Amino acid sequence: MTHIDEVSQSAKAAAPVQGWEKKLPTRDRATVIIMVTIPLLLVVLLVWLPAVLSVVLSFGKWNGFGDLDTIEWVGVQNYKDIVTIYPAFWPAVRHNLIWLGFLFIFPTILGMLLAVVLDREMKGSRVYQTAFYMPVVLSLALIGFIWQLFYSRDQGLINDVFGSQVDWYGDPDINLWAVLVATAWRHTGYIMLIYLAGLKGVDASLREAAAVDGASEVKTFFHVIFPVMRPINMVVIVIVVIESLRAFDLVWVINKGRNGLEVIGALVAQNVIGEATRYGFGSALAVIMMLISSIFITIYLRTVFREERSR
Amino acid sequence: MTTYETSTASAPDVKPVPPKRQDGGVLGKRRGLLVTMIIALLALAWLFPLLWALINSFREYEYTQANGYLSFGGWTTSNYEQAWSQGNFGRHMRNSLLITVPAVLLTLWLSSMVAFVLARFSYRFNLALLGVFLAANLLPPQALLIPVFRMFREIPLPMFMSDSGSMLNSFWALILVNTAFQLGFCTFVLSNYMKTLPYEIYESAELDGASVWRQYWQLTMPLVRPALAALATLQVTWVYNEFFWATVLIQQGNKLPVTSALNNLRGQFFTDTNLVAAGSIIVALPVLVVFFALQKQFVSGLTLGSTKG
Repeated sequence: MTHIDEVSQSAKAAAPVQGWEKKLPTRDRATVIIMVTIPLLLVVLLVWLPAVLSVVLSFGKWNGFGDLDTIEWVGVQNYKDIVTIYPAFWPAVRHNLIWLGFLFIFPTILGMLLAVVLDREMKGSRVYQTAFYMPVVLSLALIGFIWQLFYSRDQGLINDVFGSQVDWYGDPDINLWAVLVATAWRHTGYIMLIYLAGLKGVDASLREAAAVDGASEVKTFFHVIFPVMRPINMVVIVIVVIESLRAFDLVWVINKGRNGLEVIGALVAQNVIGEATRYGFGSALAVIMMLISSIFITIYLRTVFREERSR
Repeated sequence: MTTYETSTASAPDVKPVPPKRQDGGVLGKRRGLLVTMIIALLALAWLFPLLWALINSFREYEYTQANGYLSFGGWTTSNYEQAWSQGNFGRHMRNSLLITVPAVLLTLWLSSMVAFVLARFSYRFNLALLGVFLAANLLPPQALLIPVFRMFREIPLPMFMSDSGSMLNSFWALILVNTAFQLGFCTFVLSNYMKTLPYEIYESAELDGASVWRQYWQLTMPLVRPALAALATLQVTWVYNEFFWATVLIQQGNKLPVTSALNNLRGQFFTDTNLVAAGSIIVALPVLVVFFALQKQFVSGLTLGSTKG
C-alpha cells in the first residue's frame, strides 16, 4: 500500500494534455489501435453480441438444434407466456425480491454497522475483520455445501441440537430462508469491506470535533459518518441489487432451482440445459433480467463517470 | 481510487491519533466493552461454520452416527482420502488450475493494455470505451447464456485443443468467457491506478524515442506492479470460484473445475456429512491459502474497485 501512497501523492496534478496524441507516429497509432481492439473484440463478441442476440431470440421459438431458419418468429408471445402461464415465473420473481430485501435488511446493515464499529482503533480490530470477511473468498456453491453440515435433515447440527426433523434445504416453505442465511454469511463481510475502505476517507478530526462537542454516537454517525458514506451507499445498492438478481450458484447446487428455490437466473439455465431446450422462451427470461439490471448498471456508470469527469 | 487518495492524504500529514480514540473513541468505556464483546461473539459465530467443517472432517462417520455430532472423539484422516478419491479431486483441481492461470494472466494483460491507453491518452471515446467494459462486467451472465452456449457449440476446435471438437466442453471457452467478464473491473482499477503516475515520465520517454509499446511494457507495467498483484490475487479467487459458466458450458463431468464439480459431489456425498466436510475443506483450501498469504493484496484489490463511486 505504501507504493500506492507515494505514487498518488507525487502525481495528482499530472493530467494528459488534450490533443497531444495527434502527433503520434503511424507505428504507434497502430500499436494503440491493436491494444484496444483485441480486448474490445473479446468483450463485444462474448458479451455485447450475445446480449443483442438474446433480445432477438426472445421473439422466436427455437429448440436450438436446427439451423437459424428453423426459428419460428412469434413476436411477444414468449413474454406473454412467461407472465401468464409459466408457473415458475412469479414465484421466481417473488424469491428474487425476497432475496433483495433480505440482503438489504440483514447483511447489508450489519456489514455497515460492523464497518463503523471496527473502523475505530478497537483492540483486535484486525482479527475481527479477518473473521468477518473470510467467507468472502469462498464461492457460493461451496457455501451451499458447507451449510449442508447445519441443514442436513438426518446429520445436520441444527436438527441434532434442537431434536427437530426439519429438512432445511428440502422443505419448500423454509429452504429459501435457509439459503438466505447462508448467503448472508458471505455477504456481510463483503459489505463490511466496502464500507471500511470508504470510512478511511472520513476525516478523523471531524469525528473528534463532534466528540468534543459532546455529540452522541448516534448523532456523530448520522451527521459526520453517514454523509461521507453516501457515494459508497450508491455502490452498495447497485452491488446488492445485481447480486440478488444474479442469484444462481447456491440454489443450483442445492436443487437446480426448483421446489421453493426458483430464481430467475436458474429458470434461464433450466430452459437451455434442462430436459426441454426452449431457446426463445429462455431468452425472453434473460431479457427480463437484462432490463432490470440495465437500470442499475446505468445508475452505477453515472456515479462512476461523474467522478471520472471531476478528476 | 478515491478512497486511496483521501486515506493516504490524511495518513502522513494529519496529526497523530489522540489517545482518546484508543479507549473506545466516542464510545464510553463501559459501552465500548459491551460492543467489543458483541463483536467478539459475532466474529466467533462467523468462524464457526468453517471450524465446524474442519472438526467434523477429521471424525469417523460411524462414531458421529453412534454418538451424535455433539460428542467428542473418533478422530481420523480417512475422510480426506475417501473424499479425494471419490470426488476425483486430483482431476478437478488440475482442471481449475488449467482454467484459472491462463484466464487471470490473459485478463491482466488485456486489461492493462486498455487501461494504459485510457490513462495515457485522452481520446474522446475514452469514457465510452470504459463504459463498454464496465457495463459488461455487471450484466448478469445468465442473460447471455443462450447465444454464448449456441455460438460455442458451432465453433469447431481441433482435437489437440479440445477432445470435444468444439468450444463447448473445452477449457478455452471458460478461459475466454471468464476473461471477457473480468476485463471491465480490471481495466477500471488499472486505469485509475495508472492515472496517478506522473505524466512527465511519458514526456521524457517520448524524448528518448520510446515507442508506445515500450512505454507500456517497460515503463508503465513495472510501476503498476502493486495493483497487478492485488488484482491477480482477487482474480484467482474469482475465477476459481466461478460456478455458472463452468456448469453450463462443460457437460463432461471429468472436465469440470472444482467449484462446479461440487454440484455432482453433493449427490455422491449426500449420505455422509463428514465426507461433505472433508470435501468442503479441500475445495476451500486453495482460496484460503491465497487469502491468508495475500490478505493485504486481496483486500486492497477489492476496495480498489468497489468503493469507487
